[in-house]
Amino acid sequence: MTGKQPFEAVVTQHGATVLRVCRAVLGPADADDAWSETFLSAMKAYADLRADANVEAWLVTIAHRKAIDVTRAAARRAIPVAETPDTVAADAADGSGLDGDLADAVAGLPAKQKQAVAYHYLAGLPYADVADIVGGSADAVRRAAADGIATLRRTYPGAAATKEETDERG
Amino acid sequence: MNADDLPSDLARAFPDTPGELRRLHDRLAAAAERDGILDVAYRTVDSPVGPLLLAATEAGLVRVAYASEGHDTVLQALADRISPRILDAPARLDAPARELDEYFAGRRRSFDLPLDWRLSAGFRRAVLSHLPEVGYGHTASYAAVANLAGHPKAVRAAATACATNPLPVVVPCHRVIYSDGRIGRYLGGPDAKRTLLALEATA
Repeated sequence: MTGKQPFEAVVTQHGATVLRVCRAVLGPADADDAWSETFLSAMKAYADLRADANVEAWLVTIAHRKAIDVTRAAARRAIPVAETPDTVAADAADGSGLDGDLADAVAGLPAKQKQAVAYHYLAGLPYADVADIVGGSADAVRRAAADGIATLRRTYPGAAATKEETDERG
Repeated sequence: MNADDLPSDLARAFPDTPGELRRLHDRLAAAAERDGILDVAYRTVDSPVGPLLLAATEAGLVRVAYASEGHDTVLQALADRISPRILDAPARLDAPARELDEYFAGRRRSFDLPLDWRLSAGFRRAVLSHLPEVGYGHTASYAAVANLAGHPKAVRAAATACATNPLPVVVPCHRVIYSDGRIGRYLGGPDAKRTLLALEATA
């Protein structure tokens, strides 16, 4: 009987997607730690995973929890600063962006929208699966993803100009 | 920007980073080893008989596999029989890789490695455990090996044990041939068996 595939194959098949999701949700600085903790936890629990489970959804679920842990830990470390969501996209253009402006624009999305965009558009999970991960209904996730995309459409084309202004200021 | 472009732009904004993934993979392997959850570690090594897959549990070397067996098939079998917590994690295989290198260079005549025998049981295991008594550069007949294992009449069973050796090269089933000189079955194919016997005859 053929059971679960070797965990190496899980890393090979899903490692890149999980890293993309971690980067989108957390930004590049914390993505590596979240990825590492996700796969270490997944490997520990792998034997108990149902044979017919959707491995990618399972991994994104773990990554989501790790991202929350990382965000909370960062919030405890950080000195609070006044920041409104509208300015975060501009502030994120501090050189930590992976591939320029769209990544920065994603970093500036509110958490629910960012998660919906990352899990649906980057990981390719259906809205219902994303709802299982983040809570709430599939419709709510669909709206959050649509709002996120609308915000990106608004901020992405102008992000270059915003970045230049930031640099001039900086 | 075209409305339909945004999802594909998103994928490009978070591109694949193979070097980074390799580094993260190696970090995962080290963490899994540290946490005691790396049930099977493996690597492949090049050799005069083609690429060999080496796999080890925490107890020792558990499998050596020829390319002709299909390394993916062998890894899946290890997942089914031992545990699916398997990673390409070369560090655990450093000593076996080094000793095999020395063997293929003609500088090593016997292996000094912890072996995990769990993939072999009963009479087959008894046969295999006696094979190191057939010394480097020598051959023995299947009948002689059956005798070594305490069952002189179990010649066919001895032949089956050799043909299903989970640790070829290291456990020298290649030194067992028919008494009339025919080379007999071998996991890595007859050419690999001849190569090993020729290596040991000249080194």
